[in-house]
Formats: sequence, C-alpha cells, structure tokens
Amino acid sequence: MKKSRDDYLTILFISVTAIYMLIALAFPMYAILSKGLQNKDGVFIGFENYINYFESPSLVYSIYNSLFVSITTTFITVTLAFVFAYALTRSCMIGKTIFRSIAMIPILLPSLLAGIALVYLFGNQGIIKGLLFGYEIYGPIGIIIAEVFYTFPHALLIIIIALSIADARLYEAATVLRSKSIRTFFTITIPSAKYGLISAIFVVFTLVITDFGIPKVIGGQFNVLAVDIYKQVVGQQNFQMGAVVSVVLIIPAVIAFIVDRIVQRKQVAVLTSRSVVYEPKKNKNFDSAMFAYCCFISFFIFTILGMCFFASFVTFWPYNMSLSLDNYQFDLMDGGGWDSYYNSIRMACYTAVFGTIIVFSGAYFVEKSRGLKKGRSILHFLSMIPMAIPGMVLGLAYIFFFNHPNNPLNFLYGTMAILVICTITHFYTVSHLTALTALKQIDNEFEHVGSSLKQPFYKTFFRVTLPISLPAIFEIGIYFFVNAMTTVSAVVFIYSFNTTLASVAVLNMDDQGDIAAAAAMGMMIFYTNVSVRVAYVLLTKKILVKFQSWRHVSSEKIQATT
Amino acid sequence: MQKFLSVHNISKFFGNFQALKDVSFGVDESEFVCILGPSGCGKTTLLRVIAGLETQSDGTISQNNKDISLLPPDQRDFGIVFQSYALFPNLSVKNNIAFGLKTRKQNKETINHRVNELLELVGLSDHINKFSAQLSGGEQQRVALARALAPSPNLLLLDEPLSALDAKVRQYLRLEIKNLQKKLGVTTIMVTHDQEEALTMADRIILMNKGIIEQEGSPYDLYSNPQTSFAANFIGTTNLLEANKVSINQIEINGSILECNETINENSVTITIRPEDIKINPDTNEKNIFQGVIKELEFLGSLFRGLVEVDFKSQKTNLRCQFSSEYILQNNIKKNNAISISLQPAALKVIKK
Repeated sequence: MKKSRDDYLTILFISVTAIYMLIALAFPMYAILSKGLQNKDGVFIGFENYINYFESPSLVYSIYNSLFVSITTTFITVTLAFVFAYALTRSCMIGKTIFRSIAMIPILLPSLLAGIALVYLFGNQGIIKGLLFGYEIYGPIGIIIAEVFYTFPHALLIIIIALSIADARLYEAATVLRSKSIRTFFTITIPSAKYGLISAIFVVFTLVITDFGIPKVIGGQFNVLAVDIYKQVVGQQNFQMGAVVSVVLIIPAVIAFIVDRIVQRKQVAVLTSRSVVYEPKKNKNFDSAMFAYCCFISFFIFTILGMCFFASFVTFWPYNMSLSLDNYQFDLMDGGGWDSYYNSIRMACYTAVFGTIIVFSGAYFVEKSRGLKKGRSILHFLSMIPMAIPGMVLGLAYIFFFNHPNNPLNFLYGTMAILVICTITHFYTVSHLTALTALKQIDNEFEHVGSSLKQPFYKTFFRVTLPISLPAIFEIGIYFFVNAMTTVSAVVFIYSFNTTLASVAVLNMDDQGDIAAAAAMGMMIFYTNVSVRVAYVLLTKKILVKFQSWRHVSSEKIQATT
Repeated sequence: MQKFLSVHNISKFFGNFQALKDVSFGVDESEFVCILGPSGCGKTTLLRVIAGLETQSDGTISQNNKDISLLPPDQRDFGIVFQSYALFPNLSVKNNIAFGLKTRKQNKETINHRVNELLELVGLSDHINKFSAQLSGGEQQRVALARALAPSPNLLLLDEPLSALDAKVRQYLRLEIKNLQKKLGVTTIMVTHDQEEALTMADRIILMNKGIIEQEGSPYDLYSNPQTSFAANFIGTTNLLEANKVSINQIEINGSILECNETINENSVTITIRPEDIKINPDTNEKNIFQGVIKELEFLGSLFRGLVEVDFKSQKTNLRCQFSSEYILQNNIKKNNAISISLQPAALKVIKK
C-alpha cells in the first residue's frame, strides 16, 4: 500500500511517542539494571552485589517485613472494601453518594499524612495511646493501619465495578429456584465478582509493597524494601546496593502486575449487552447494618483526616494547645518553605497538561490508526510497563540515566522538566487505560468515514474524537494533577534545591521533627486537591454542557422511551 | 468496453485463514451490484479491500482505467455507508453532511446549498439541526447516505446498510435507495446477507461462499437457474434430488423415471425444484405425476408451506412444497391427507456440481 500523508503523520507521531517512552522509561530502567552489576567504579562485577545483599541478614529481613505488611494489609483492606462496596451496590441504605465521596478522601492526601495522624493518635504523646494496650505504633501496626487507610479507595473502586456488573437475571433465576440467600451469595455474587476481587488484591499488594512514605514516617526500626532503597542511596550513598534492592522490589511488583493483566482480560467477557442491571430490594435489617458499617469506616477516615487538620493548627503539641497558624509559616522551617508548595502546583499543572496530551495522543494512535501493527503494539506494551515499576525504582533509575555525565540529556537533571517527565511516566499506565477505554467506545468506522470523505485524520480527530472524549480527557488531567501533588516516592530522588516539592517537604519536615508543619503542608495538598475536584465537578456541569449537548439529547431520548 | 470497476484475482489472508480466494469480477458504470452471501463468506472483506480499508494479499483493482490497488482510502474515489452508519454523534445533521465538503475551499454558501440539496434528496430537510441521537434508525441511515454522497463520489459502497432496521422501515428504504441510485446514476456496490434485499435491489448479484464467487447474474437468473447447490439453497428454498441419467432428457430418481426439459450430459446429476413449482392434484395428462401424503402443513397467510412424502418407486422422499391458501382451504386439505403432485419437466433444473 502506498503511504498517504496520513500514514506519514501517523508514523511520525508514533515514533515521537515511542522515543519519549524509550527515554523516559526504557533507558533509565536499563541504567538501573546494569548498575546493580557494577562496582563503585563502574566496573562490571556480575552478581557480586547480589551475593553481598543476600549475605547481609538485616537487608534480607526487609523482604520478609515487606511481604508481611503487604499481605496483612491486602487481606484487611480487601475485606473492608468488599463489604463497603457491597453496601454501596447491593443495599438500599441512604447516603450512598456521600459515603462513596468520603471513601475517596485518602486518594487526595499524600500517603504519609496517614502515618503522621497515627503518630498524633497513638505516638509517644498520642491522645488515645492507651487503646494500643502498650503496643508500639511505630512499626508494623502503624504501617498496616496507615496502609489500609491509603489503599482503601483503590480497592473500593475496583470492587464496586466488579459488583455493579451483576446480571439481575441470575438472581431472579436463583430466587425462582428457591436458593437461600447465603447460597446465592456464594454461587452467584462471589464468582461474578471474582476477577474484580483478584485484581483488587494485587493492586493493593503492589501499592503497599512499593510505598515508601508510610513506613518512612511510622515504621520506626521496622525496615521494608522501599525504605532500604532510600537509606542506601540518600543515607549511605551506596547507589549499587540501591539498584540491587530495587531489582528485588521489582520482582513481586512485576508478578502482581502480570497476574492482574491476565485477570483483567478475563473480566471483559462477563457482562453481555443482554444483561439486565441488578436493582437491590429494600431490607430494613440488612440496610441498617450496612449503614452502620459505612458510618464506622467513614468515622475512621474522618478521624485520620481530622487529626491532621486539628494538629496543623495546634501551636506546640502538647505543651501549648492554643490554636494558631504558626505551623503554616513554612518559610521559617526546613523543607523549602512556601516555594515548595508553589513548585508542586506548577509541577502538577505541567504534569496534567503535558501528561494528558502525551497519554491521549499515544492511546489514540494505539487504538485508532491504520496499519503499523508492530509499532502500535510496541507502544502499547511500553505504555503498560510503568504500572509494574515502583516509584522509588523509577526515581533512582532517573538519577542513573539522566545524571550520567555522558548523557546529552544531562541538562534536564535538577530541573522542573525531569520531575514532570518522571511523574507522567510513573502514572502513565492508568491514564493510558482510561484513554483506551474511552476510545474503544467510539465507533472504529469514524476514521474510515473521514478518510473516505478525503479528510485528513487530524480533522476527524479534532472535530469528532476529541470532543466526544472530553470527559475522559478531564478525568486523566485530574488524575495526573492529584497524583503529582501527593507523590513522594519517584520524585524524592530527583528534586533539587530549586525544585523542592510540597509532598517531599512533608517528608523532610517530619524527618526534622517538625511534625505539625508536616501535617499542615499535607493539609495544604489536601485543600488543593479538593478544590481541583470541586472545580472539576462544576466544570463538567457548566462548561462541558456546551461541548456535550448531544449527549443530553440522547439521555433525554432514553428517558422518554423508558 | 473496459468495466468501470475491475477486480482481478483478489486474495486475502488473515494469518493462515484465507478470507478471499482469487476473486474476480467487474462492475459497469451506473450499475447496482449486490455482493450476497452468508456471514463469514468474505463479502465484507471484499468491500473493505475495494475501499482500501484492508490491503489485499494478492491481485489488483482498477477503477475508471486507473490502477487503485495500492492507493490508501483517502486517495480513492468512493463514498461509504457502514452498517453502524458511524454518524458523528457530536455534530448536527448539517455538519455531518458538510464534513466531506469543507476542505475543498468551497465557500459557505456553496456548502449550505449542497447540504440542503442532499437533505431534500433523502427527504430530511426538517431535521437539519438535529443530532443523530434525535433521529430514528431509518433517518440516521439516510443521513449517512447523504453524507457519503455529498462529495459526489463516482462509486458508492454500502455495507449491510439496512440490517439494523425494523422490517417495515427496511422494505421502504430498499425502494428509496434503489430509486435514488437510479436517479443519480452512481455506480453502487452493496454487501448484504439478506437474499430478499439482494433480489429486490440489485441489477446484478454476486453470490459468495467461503471466499469464492459461487455464481453471478441478474436476480432472476440466479433464482431460476442456480448453478450450484449452494446457490439453489441460499436463494429461496428448494428441493435437491440426486438423479441418474436414463436418456438425453430422462432421469431416474429413487427408481422412478422423470422427464425433464434440460439436456442431461452426465451420468449422475443433482436436480433442483422450487417448492412453488410443485403442483398439487394436477390434471392427469400432466407429466411426472406422483402420489404422496402431506406430512406437515403450515399456514403463512396467502399460502401454505407443506412437506409432502412422495412415493418414488424405490424410496419415499420428503419434498418441500408451497400451495395457495385458496386451494387448500376450498378443498379442505389437512395434514396426513393423500394427494398427488406433479414435478413439471420445465421446473426440474440440473445443477453443475
């Protein structure tokens, strides 16, 4: 087939995106993998570093610790989230929308804020320390409680989707066949939500084992892999050992990722277009029990959030409990001051704008362009990898790659640009999948109609595909913004004196003992993310109406016919 | 004369699966050709190869004396209507139709004029500012047609354009599209799996099965002279009987000798006879008369469909028949009644194997 102008443009764009992914992902990962096989002078020494690693018991013990907290947290979170999701999808209790919004709060906070709240609640000077019956909050208990708080919304979102694709016909059949409700639960509900549950298990496991903020703040002497990387690199400047621990940390993350992908693929076939949506029926006892449960979980979330909120205004805990704004005087403390907050906002905006452009155009070419099958599947493959790479590892890989004196891209090191590139890459996969899902819902023939009408593909893109996908595009932008505000793990290695960030400031202030200021900065991040969320809701209500009027037409029509 | 569109020896592989096997045919200018066949026969692949949306593995296509085999779709000259219509949901009817007009540096007035002209042509002038979600299926179909015709292409491709519609709307639109095509004189290729649609609309039918062309010809030709048992079975319903040659125009079926008008050349042949060509209780002077019993009788309004167990000499054989309701009701014929039937010599068609 001869190449038309469209084909050349497609090749160009796919190449540009693929080159971006190579620079932002593949090359740095190669750099970190090879670093682990070198000695301090950069000479290849095979697996010597690995042998040293496995011969030092204190380091190897972290593997056990990491697995222990990850598995325990996964079990608790998925159980709690399943019941919560069950209440939201299968009961007639009141306040479902409010409960759902409350459950999403942890996403808007940096993960280490939960650790800080626990220090205030159960720490050495904690207000309800007695509830622990003498156990230490610094260690596995604190890590697990904080991780449950942090991973709860992630598990909840997945399980809600799994439970809401129930087919009412199956339940009707079960009722007609006089199946007891407990039997129905185990023969219909659990099997049909099975893939969602498995997916949630692996997502939570990966989040916990790769998380760095919480164990850093509340782990005490309890070492885990992610913190080991930080200690090896920042504490001891032992980059080779950092690379070795990174590889050890990647293995469980990659396994979890692969299992999750296999399961996700199976999930697709569950719901057919003929399925009838399940509508829960009223049941007073069950609904009240579910309501009480959701109140309890909400209370837990509000306790963590409220503790930080309150602590950020207390002048000097616990000696001067009067309220003031002293803790918000960031310029008087270490961590970069208010500048780091403004840097974070700038970084989040750049990440949202450029990340959305790169992700959406990448997904567009993967899904909609003609020919070039190989190039498209390579691009898709590259887009899926970031999910399997822990933030700490990505950040360390960036040091090795971009800080190498012979790298022509060395000038990026220490700039805002590298933070943006790193953050976009770190959160690439979820955004890519969101864009892909939105694009898959659009009729594939649109591009064909466009080219049969002799229009260049970008005209069809800008006039049809892009406007239709606006909700998904905003969703991706918000996702990037919120995560850029809260992320610590990837950027903690590559921020510089001029580009300190709010989330890193929380970490550093906590490290210096300025816990109240750390809580205050964490709350600033929360306020910002909430404002952006609220602004987004208003935006979708007001401005999107203009571009999406056709959607309202169709929903009116659907309402009229039902 | 060179055909307007010539397809030469097209083959298409998907991995190891061969969707098209050496397909060749031509289309005259202003002709309406239907590519008919069951699902999976390769008809849609063939249409997409003609449009350039799929690349053939082998073979050439020329349009208007120009080799277009390797041109991308946007450099070919055609308009297309998809089964899903693929109307842009966020654009009004007007902007959908104008979509293909805009880059041609035409001014607004010319474009508006052309849009109005097309809307009038498809009878939707009142709907100019609506979105596709506000239109019925049939209306959406007509907008898609107007959009495809807007840049005045010389070739119109229709991919199962009516299959998503209700039966009534479909019948009406068949006529509508057919008349529009004759009026504009645009060369048209339509893909369908619906034999009735192909019979009523096409000037010529290309019947496909398993990646090859089984038979091509006018609708009447295909119906009355099927050349393969697939063609006989796919278009309308029929009875297929194995027969042996007795003489040049006599055959033997299950021990009985029958006369037939066609010349018999081979020793063993397959014979087809349409249900409506089997006469019930014929005059005794007619040829090929047999006794039988009605095994099933199904009321279909103006006619009855029946299954008759026919007494051939060596073996009883079930034949599908079709009788007028008037006759069945007047003579009070019921299931399990004994009747006689005639298989008229002119209705017995020989199938080339």
